[in-house]
Amino acid sequence: MSKIKRIIGRAVPIIGDDIDTDRIIPARYLKEITFGKMGEYPFFDERFNADGSKKEHPFNQAEYQGASILIGNSNFGCGSSREHAPQALARWGIKAVVAESLAEIFAGNCTMIGVPTVTASSEDVAELQKLTSEDPSAELTLDLEEMVIKTGDREITVQMPDGRRKALTEGIWDSTSLLIENSDKVKETAARLPYVAFARK
Amino acid sequence: MAKGTLYNKIWDSHSVTTLPTGQTQLFVGLHLVHEVTSPQAFDMLRERNLKVAYPDRTFATIDHIVPTSTHHRPFEDGQAEQMMRAIEVNAKEFGLNFFNFESGRQGIVHIIGPELGLTQPGMTIACGDSHTSTHGAFGTLSFGVGTSQVRDVLASQCLAMDRMKVRRVEINGKLGRGVTPKDVVLYIINRLGVKGGIGYVYEYAGEVFDRMTMEGRMTVCNMSIEGGARAGYVNPDETTFEYLAGREYAPKGADWDKAVAYWKSVASDADAEYDDVVRYDAADIEPMVTWGVTPGQSVRISQPLPDPGATGDDGDRKSMELAYRHMKLNPGQKMVETKIDVAFIGSCTNGRISDLRAAAEVVRGHKVAGSVRAFVVPGSMQVRKQAIEEGLDKVFQSAGFEWREAGCSMCLAMNPDRLQGDQISASSSNRNFIGRQGSPTGRTLLMSPAMVAAAAIEGHVTDIRDFAAEGAQHV
Repeated sequence: MSKIKRIIGRAVPIIGDDIDTDRIIPARYLKEITFGKMGEYPFFDERFNADGSKKEHPFNQAEYQGASILIGNSNFGCGSSREHAPQALARWGIKAVVAESLAEIFAGNCTMIGVPTVTASSEDVAELQKLTSEDPSAELTLDLEEMVIKTGDREITVQMPDGRRKALTEGIWDSTSLLIENSDKVKETAARLPYVAFARK
Repeated sequence: MAKGTLYNKIWDSHSVTTLPTGQTQLFVGLHLVHEVTSPQAFDMLRERNLKVAYPDRTFATIDHIVPTSTHHRPFEDGQAEQMMRAIEVNAKEFGLNFFNFESGRQGIVHIIGPELGLTQPGMTIACGDSHTSTHGAFGTLSFGVGTSQVRDVLASQCLAMDRMKVRRVEINGKLGRGVTPKDVVLYIINRLGVKGGIGYVYEYAGEVFDRMTMEGRMTVCNMSIEGGARAGYVNPDETTFEYLAGREYAPKGADWDKAVAYWKSVASDADAEYDDVVRYDAADIEPMVTWGVTPGQSVRISQPLPDPGATGDDGDRKSMELAYRHMKLNPGQKMVETKIDVAFIGSCTNGRISDLRAAAEVVRGHKVAGSVRAFVVPGSMQVRKQAIEEGLDKVFQSAGFEWREAGCSMCLAMNPDRLQGDQISASSSNRNFIGRQGSPTGRTLLMSPAMVAAAAIEGHVTDIRDFAAEGAQHV
């Protein structure tokens, strides 16, 4: 697994609280049994009318194509646990999410696929959204070792649970390989739990 | 923190080790699997040449994509049929327990876990579904995960997790007439907000929960996630044990006594410490209905809709303005009399037998309004069977409701049941998000099953307390 210490790129502001994963990816696209095409669908119903014509949305704007940092507000990614949501964002090109707050399951899912999610104060998020709305070409650096976002002379402090941060910066975010290494200890834990031994039938 | 709580006890007993990231490796006692969030996880196992570590602790079923007009195969929708075949192949190849149609035990994953007695106090339970919080009703630590974490659980029976905080949500007093567990949880989310629970597990306690049935507790815990809490629980008690006794997978014989002793031991201690405590008065809760596009945008049925200008929070104001635009409703109006097009009774929140009984009680002897399309979708094949034995199917059908097969149906748009255009539905489900019920302009009003039934008959949102009074006059 690669070490993810720094994300450098342009940013796309997605304004609004409580943007749920149904809005990030409508459920009908969850009928696909692979994640392969998810990059075509982020915010689909907010980007396209029923006849296929485009609506106004940052993901449709030319100046945000190639942006790699999403700047959201509070409770971003709430609702359904569908990993299809971070998959859709990542396959569109998002490599990091900055928000006032993030839904727990969404943030965990992002870490699992190597997309850091960090939080910043409401004021700082508003400033970043304003900056990237006015100047979509502004380049941001999210530094996970210093836990700051730098742009121009400005430096903004960000937060992230340390376990997730360490997983990314040290390149150990493939939790499966960590977990299966301890299979003997898992057996010991299971053996201590009374219910594992209960007869079921 | 949270010393002496059920959360801490279960967390500690299921902690395997500390990972190099500093996170805890947590053992998962029961892994529930459904067709939508698992196919990619099984593919990842194949790519890595891994097996399912504990197939005997892994139970799969089918719910989201299942058409509920008929379970006949092959499904008309080719994608749904393909997804169905994928889980059939995966269950067989990896040796999982699989509750398919033929087993007679298929249903919404959060309905069948409890009804089969698989869900037991003191367990950790994971599923690739956010409403896994439902199982907390039994005094478990249960949470939703994404597909890569489904892979983790399949491969290791474990998850890499960070410890959460515990908030005790205590409600004392007596619930008023017409106030159901659905109203209780909508009230809690309204008070604490849809993001109030981020980082927390909710412990529901107090007289209201002590008196609540298991099915009611499931409704409340189910919607913990709508308040931002990944998990919620009620401490196990006699009501819990009574529900479990005799269930198919519940402990039997000598194991039953051992089990009850263990179950009692996991309940929070009287002197447990909490990271936060909130207290509400049951008398303050009325029948609730959502008016907006988050489950927190709700109102007590007698109250007018809130004024966005009155909120001090800029984000909240913008959310409310968006909600009013989408819902085509106005501040100051009341929800009663709001016309509906669709009435949906079902889902993992309110698709259990007690929900169907409550709705049937309202419906009995009435007819669905001509302008409303109404349907009842039992949460599982067993719920459906029980309802038929009690004659509830006849009650619903003679009133003009469609009577369906078990599945998730119109709670989410993954099967043929969807809103059209900007239709308004009165729904017993859990999410009123924009587009949730299948139309980008569709509108959802969340409420209790009895309130959905009353709305179906009147053709508009109705205060169940008035409806009941009216019914009494007719007698």
